Amino acid sequence: MSLDPVVLSRLQFAWVIAFHFLLPAFTVGLASFIAVLEGLHLATGREIYFRISTFWIKIFAVSFGMGVVSGIVMPFQIGTNWSRFSDAAADVISPLLAYEGLTAFFLEAAFLGVLLFGRNLVPRWAHFVAALMVALGTLFSTFWILATNSWMQTPAGYEIVNGRFLPKDWLQVIFNPSFPYRLAHTVDAVYITTGFVVIGVAASYLRSGRFVDEARTMLSMTLWLLTVLVPLQFFLGDAHGLNTLEHQPAKLAAIEAIWDTHSRVALNLFAIPDEKAETNRYELAIPDLGSLILTHDPNGTVRGLKDWPADERPSPVIVPFFGFRIMVGIALVMLGVVVASLWLRSRGELFDARWFLWLCTLASPLGFVAVLAGWATTEVGRQPWTVYGLLRTADSVSPSLTGFDVAVSFAGYCIVYLVMFSAGFALMVRLIRLGPAEAAIEPDAIESGRPQHPVQALPSTGAGGRP
Amino acid sequence: MSQPVLDFVPIWTLILGVGVFLYVLLDGFDLGVGILYGFAPDRDSRNLVMNSIAPIWDGNETWLVLGGIALMAAFPLAFAIIIPAVYFPVLIMLLALIFRGVAFEFRYRDAEHRTFWDRAFNYGSILGAFAQGVVLGAFIQGFETEGRHFAGGSFDCFTPFSFLTGAALVFGYSLLGAGWLILKTEGTLQDWARTLGRLSLGGVLIGIAAVSLWTPFLKAEIWERWFSWPHIAILAPVPVITALIAYWEWRSLNNRSEAAPFIAAVCLFAMSYLGIAISLWPMIVPYKFTLWEAASSEATQAFLLVGTLFLLPIILMYTGWSYWVFRGKVRGDLGYH
Ligand code: HDD
Ligand code: HEM
Ligand code: HEM
Repeated sequence: MSLDPVVLSRLQFAWVIAFHFLLPAFTVGLASFIAVLEGLHLATGREIYFRISTFWIKIFAVSFGMGVVSGIVMPFQIGTNWSRFSDAAADVISPLLAYEGLTAFFLEAAFLGVLLFGRNLVPRWAHFVAALMVALGTLFSTFWILATNSWMQTPAGYEIVNGRFLPKDWLQVIFNPSFPYRLAHTVDAVYITTGFVVIGVAASYLRSGRFVDEARTMLSMTLWLLTVLVPLQFFLGDAHGLNTLEHQPAKLAAIEAIWDTHSRVALNLFAIPDEKAETNRYELAIPDLGSLILTHDPNGTVRGLKDWPADERPSPVIVPFFGFRIMVGIALVMLGVVVASLWLRSRGELFDARWFLWLCTLASPLGFVAVLAGWATTEVGRQPWTVYGLLRTADSVSPSLTGFDVAVSFAGYCIVYLVMFSAGFALMVRLIRLGPAEAAIEPDAIESGRPQHPVQALPSTGAGGRP
Repeated sequence: MSQPVLDFVPIWTLILGVGVFLYVLLDGFDLGVGILYGFAPDRDSRNLVMNSIAPIWDGNETWLVLGGIALMAAFPLAFAIIIPAVYFPVLIMLLALIFRGVAFEFRYRDAEHRTFWDRAFNYGSILGAFAQGVVLGAFIQGFETEGRHFAGGSFDCFTPFSFLTGAALVFGYSLLGAGWLILKTEGTLQDWARTLGRLSLGGVLIGIAAVSLWTPFLKAEIWERWFSWPHIAILAPVPVITALIAYWEWRSLNNRSEAAPFIAAVCLFAMSYLGIAISLWPMIVPYKFTLWEAASSEATQAFLLVGTLFLLPIILMYTGWSYWVFRGKVRGDLGYH
């Protein structure tokens, strides 16, 4: 048995980044949601926004903590396992990562403390500003990390000197061809993901008749938002795909499992791509639709995988092919939920139709699946390159690593992530079960001790909570 | 590197040096608090100990990320050689920091497993600190390289020397943590912190002495630097000042001063840091590549410098504000949630 450090490093990277990505997919959206709620509370003074916000802040605290610790792992991965990639590409990508730290991480970290712990220590507007800054921080983070990733997909603004990428034009590096599409599509995706969690939670409260006021507000507000964001995602996704066809045609061929270059391409609904035989099995296809969707012209020509030598094709083809279908399938389900909600709203039954409330609850994890499927599509579709067309994944790995080393570290990440993420998930579920009640009982003094087991060491001095 | 038009390397050396030092101090005291946490007498005091850092630990750890990425940005060759060379210490550190980081939330929310998360917090802090010390030891020892790559094995970094630096750093961080707790607590809890501070100081002094005596024997270059004439005369104040600070630390742990133990611990760290810098200057990959040889392109350094000089003061301002919000002694009712 031989352990290949390249394969294992890829698996390890996929494992740690997939878990990391699940959290921003939720926290970026949630941070904005909390900022909106805090703003509404400040502007209208209505108690209900305060209760909803306090509730989600608790869940946010758990998921943000996990997002941070799994995020710290990421830049080190690039050094420990991909040192040749670091050596080659650091001049271009590291300033982008550094700007993420400077503009985003510090902002989030400094204001998070105030958001979580400071409600009684600062004026109300300052607490709102803290919420706003945390939300802004998460969006800055998304901006820079996606700029980095997009540069690896569609490199621009560089020159190659002695095998290393050196920057030539920073604007081109940051605003590389796939970046605007990826940014818009991903931000929309994380908002949608969070939105579906929120309506799922609200719907389950409505079904059991608990926290009805909060649940109605959450459900109605969020469904309006999704009514805009979900259809928008179809346009953004389509534009993203057209851009991929232009800049990464091999990836697109893999996404659609097209082997031969021709016009009037059919759209494969289902197939099992067979890489050895360079063909598809069990194909179920609609004629001409492929060209129509991909090029917006039924006669459009699409390049097939056979245009590239076997060692320059994404592999395994099955991952982008099904990843994409899962993503789009979920988008269709989401659209169904939105359409149903509009119909029910028009009949005034939004909060009462039990089948719809069930649907919302069942759909709540779908965003996460779509996000992971989308990323697998993007990243496996980029293979066998880390910097598309220029630096191979096999040439990116740290030369000193043995398969054994990576197997050990991979096992460590697996165990620790499984323990940590399942504990965190269980905690969030428990917080959701408890619901916004706790906050409602103690409207003002949430910071004043923890109800179940008060921490009483020293007598408190002032009502304001400040020593 | 070829003849640079404008030399950014000294500036980046300074930024990186200050950044890493800030990280060591900031995460140092909160890892230290986590180390001492295991010795806290009861649950109430554990709650207070943890609350003394709960609002700020995330910001402190952010300096670790920034330190790593600043190394990659300013001296990518060093990043590409050193990080894979310390593959396992970095792994251990990251896994330890994960447990420790989530314990803040989980311990409070997950009452049935509180003991588990207490341990996670405590052992995570100890292991994280130890692993960082091993990285430091490996760094001082130097790495086997071939061309632009690390050519040794992933286990080379584990040596008696790096275990020594690992243990020394655990004591160093506990000393910082004790200083922080003396600042943030009062009464019996503060007395407890003073006692542990004295114990840690003992460990730190043994550690500093052992590392200082051992290092010159590791490499002839370092021996030369410290003991050849006239270096020995110029550098003699370094150990002398260190000894004076140690005495000051001991005094202030024993009298009632509140801030001095923390400040003295910071000064002890500064002196040790300076000692290492003197031994290794101007190498960034010890004995192999200088700061200039490992530097990234000027375009990279310039682009990042502009933003850093603009953003760093802003960061320090709002980070200062968040410390200000949570100023004063921690109290039971500040536990939030
Ligand atoms: C809630 C999540 C979600 C939903 C509903 C969709 N997507 Fe998506 N998609 C993502 C979440 C996502 C993502 C995770 O954010 C990706 C991965 C990387 C990226 O750029 O966005 C992605 C990638 C991605 C790519 C790969 C781009 C590339 O790297 O070359 C394409 C072509 C599409 N999407 C197209 C679509 C279409 C046509 C959709 C709807 C009909 C759609 N996506 C719905
Ligand atoms: C933004 C979120 C990201 C996600 C969800 C993601 C996901 C993935 C996945 C699933 C893989 C494994 C692909 C495979 O091996 O088949 C991968 C590979 C990789 N990614 Fe990304 N990635 C992200 C961003 C980034 C960024 C910002 C960088 C670099 C700074 C990066 C660098 C790499 C590298 C070096 C590999 C390993 C080589 C490879 O297998 O391609 N990724 N990523
Ligand atoms: C290779 C890819 C990535 C790297 C290297 C990376 C790095 C990091 C690091 C170091 C942190 C911790 C920051 C702290 O100390 O406060 C973090 C957290 C975070 N990251 Fe990532 N990240 C990656 C992918 C992503 C992606 C794809 C997104 C968003 C689309 C993202 C968004 C965030 C956000 C919002 C946080 C704050 C914590 C949270 O919200 O959960 N990151 N990341």
